[in-house]
Amino acid sequence: MSAAPADARIEAAWRALASIADPELPPLTLGDLGVIRFVRSRPDGTLEVGLSPTYTGCPATDYIRQRAERALIEAEIGAFSISAVLAPAWTSDWISSEGRRKLHEYGIVPPEPAAPSLQARQLACPRCRSLDTECLSEFGSTPCKALHRCRACLEPFEVFKCI
Amino acid sequence: MIASAKTLTPLLIRYVLRLGDLSLILGQRLGEWVGHAPALEEDLGLANIALDLIGQARLLLAYAAELEDRGRGEDDIAFLRQQEEYLNPTLVEQPNGDFGDTIVRQVLIDAFQLELYDRLRSSADERLAAIAEKALKETRYHWRYSSNWLIRLGDGTEESHARVQSALERLWPYTVELVEEDELDREMADCGIAPPLAELRVAWSKRLDEVLAEATLERPPERPFSWFGKRGEHSEHLGYVLAEMQYLQRSHPGARW
Repeated sequence: MSAAPADARIEAAWRALASIADPELPPLTLGDLGVIRFVRSRPDGTLEVGLSPTYTGCPATDYIRQRAERALIEAEIGAFSISAVLAPAWTSDWISSEGRRKLHEYGIVPPEPAAPSLQARQLACPRCRSLDTECLSEFGSTPCKALHRCRACLEPFEVFKCI
Repeated sequence: MIASAKTLTPLLIRYVLRLGDLSLILGQRLGEWVGHAPALEEDLGLANIALDLIGQARLLLAYAAELEDRGRGEDDIAFLRQQEEYLNPTLVEQPNGDFGDTIVRQVLIDAFQLELYDRLRSSADERLAAIAEKALKETRYHWRYSSNWLIRLGDGTEESHARVQSALERLWPYTVELVEEDELDREMADCGIAPPLAELRVAWSKRLDEVLAEATLERPPERPFSWFGKRGEHSEHLGYVLAEMQYLQRSHPGARW
């Protein structure tokens, strides 16, 4: 399998990694989240994979790494190593437009690119579109989300934080 | 005096442990709130902050483990050291008290970590710079949470004002060691690894003054006395924190999830 040209192996590795679903946000893939920093080939043929953690304490980080290892083994791309890339730090700006669309469909308000402050923006309810919404808590069920409520339809909803 | 490369590594390990232990012990303390906070939102908020802090601790302690290169991992360092080997400032091991006590402790530390991480981003040590870059983003959320609460409590009812004012007076003496430079801080600053604490102190102090004014709270007077948890000399409270935190690893050595 390592006889395959490096470019083909790199492409296969990207494909395998990009389609892994996030354990907490199943509609989103690692490709949508923008956490795959690089896949490159070392002179000895080992593929180096760099993944950005989203939040330092997010319990999904270890799980994602395990899933990535399994996906790469299943893709039969040969020897590889995975490392965590801290700098540049992951930002919610790296979530793709496809990822934002999926988040919205899932009922989570996507992060606005480079929004300066969560409090400054008026968020629309993902269900009824009303702008009459309030922040209940800047910390939600996972490190990446805040909890809001719509005063029009009275439903709570989650917002992906901008970091 | 600027340390040579050979003498620098043990100093750098101690400095990294100071930062890592601060996050680790505060994360452990905040975790005690889970299931006990005054409202579900605060339960989530404090647990999320604890999670971020433990994440920072993992990055820092893993780095310390690599630097010392003695075959220990981040878990060994987190769970199997003796009390005097922990180098966190004494403030973070203080008991949670009521919600107001916890918020005051959090404001004092968040302001410190914000100013520290902001400057550490340009550290001569690339690994520390990368960790600081990552941690700073999370710390901004922590600060917004704690400072907003301090303003609500300080500028709230007579009761809430009195409680946070007294918490501030009780915890204030523990802040001295945070921003008072010792030999290790000076060595790290001379090597360009850490920011000079004198400069950090000014920024920390200014940030606090602004939020205290808005919260209608009075800044306690400075006292010369200082604790030195960052040198391993701790208050009576750390032993209890460690007993709970280390219980599993001590009872079942090598246990893994």
